[in-house]
Amino acid sequence: MLKFEHVSKRYQDGGDALLDVNFHIRPGEIVFLTGHSGAGKSTVLKLAALMENCTHGQVLLGGQDVSQLKSSQIPYVRRKMGLIFQDYKLLQDRTVLDNIALPMVVAGYGYQDIAKRVRAALDKVGLLGKEHKYPQALSGGEQQRVGIARAVVNKPELILADEPTGNLDPQLSKEIMRLFGQFTQVGVAILIATHDFELINRMGHRVLTLDHGRLVAGQDYVKR
Amino acid sequence: MLKDKSTQNRKALGRFERYKLQLNNRWHAYRDLHAHALFSSLGRLMRSPASLTMTLLVLSTSIALACIFYLIVQNFQQLTGGLASSHQISVFLKGELKPSVIDKLRKEITANPDVENVSLITPEQALIEFKAHSGFGAALDELQQNPLPAVLVVTPRNALSDQSISAKLVEQLQQYPEVDFAQLDMQWLHRLQAILELAERSVWLMGVLFGLEVLLIIANTIRLELQNRKDEVIIAKLVGATNAFIRRPFLYTGFWLGFLAALIAWLVVTIIMLIIQQPATQLSKLYASEFNIVFLGYADTLQLLLLGSLLGVAGAWLELTRQLQRIQPE
Repeated sequence: MLKFEHVSKRYQDGGDALLDVNFHIRPGEIVFLTGHSGAGKSTVLKLAALMENCTHGQVLLGGQDVSQLKSSQIPYVRRKMGLIFQDYKLLQDRTVLDNIALPMVVAGYGYQDIAKRVRAALDKVGLLGKEHKYPQALSGGEQQRVGIARAVVNKPELILADEPTGNLDPQLSKEIMRLFGQFTQVGVAILIATHDFELINRMGHRVLTLDHGRLVAGQDYVKR
Repeated sequence: MLKDKSTQNRKALGRFERYKLQLNNRWHAYRDLHAHALFSSLGRLMRSPASLTMTLLVLSTSIALACIFYLIVQNFQQLTGGLASSHQISVFLKGELKPSVIDKLRKEITANPDVENVSLITPEQALIEFKAHSGFGAALDELQQNPLPAVLVVTPRNALSDQSISAKLVEQLQQYPEVDFAQLDMQWLHRLQAILELAERSVWLMGVLFGLEVLLIIANTIRLELQNRKDEVIIAKLVGATNAFIRRPFLYTGFWLGFLAALIAWLVVTIIMLIIQQPATQLSKLYASEFNIVFLGYADTLQLLLLGSLLGVAGAWLELTRQLQRIQPE
């Protein structure tokens, strides 16, 4: 689903953020991405989310090379992925419903499709009945679940999550990981960048470990 | 086999119908997006009434000023239109012409397409007038015969808009053997035309300047609005919004600003003209002239509203193309 081939990224100030990174995440797989701060985790996510272009190599998304895409093409590729952020990135002046509907509105779906899918997504994250509340009125865990509902409402093929459990207590983290587990059953690939070693150890998924821009562990696919 | 085919047909039709339905849904969605952007942008503007009022006042003042200059020239032109009679050509005929010859000549000149009308002042009429106004009445009575020639007063058509017509006409009239000489106060006409042209051009230039001002003010307003909603733009980009999608509500904001400003400007100008109307009519009565003050007509009003809206959208577009590349998620 998501494939990095000999990807290097050098920033203009001269620092190498990534050096010859290779990995492949298959449909239905959950993969953790970890490493010390500055190791290149966020660079990997930015390249995968098309926020930046790599200096060398190729980023493939469902077989399509997206590393040198024209900016006018980027929105259409982004619609195939769901992004989850540590700070949720919700619109504070819109209701939960409007926040979750945004990816579908943006993609030009009709009202009835949107209503149906938003309800399904709300149901999945257990927030039915809170659709008319504003994000400020929700707890951190609930806001994160709104963010997750927004990421999955469009039935993405790939979910990229940046510290999705960063602000949550263990109980909520477990809950969210269980949600992710459900999505993989319909073939969604999930890449989770995290520091949470306890979580990583408990889940037992493949772990990509970065060290100073190099991938030092986890590049090989292990069939379970 | 036959049954198979009909099932296939039904299936194909089903797919077509589904496709049609889907297309229909998309079209409705697209229409809804526009309707939503139209009203939500207005609602958003209304939510900060103080800044909206300030912006609209600045915009409409500029537009109203341009309109007033335009109307001043329009009214001036209308006024000088009433002076058309004072650029007539006086055609002095040779003496001792028979009335039938004069009549024939008059008809001939009237047939000229550049001539509005021709009137005749016979020597007798001229003498009476001369006696009445010149103060030589008693002296003229001593004369054995009338020394004054017959005069044809020719009014050219379209002479104010094209001065060459008058000049050409004078030359033509000079050619008739019955004509002694024809004369026109060209100097006066030239001056008037030069003034009108200058005024018209000034109005154009001023219109361009004020238009530019409106464009820049709206662009600046949109820039501030974009800054306030930067997070929203970034989030929309992250969930796959195209630039067109992000631009849409801002373009409608520009439209509303331009349209409302033009509407207010129209109102202001109309009120000003209503205030001026009474003294202007009073003045024209004193001069016994038929002068009706010119307001913004239907076509002018429509053009004004259209131009205002267009400037609003253009200003917003200008700023959006500059800014949207710059605002990227990090």
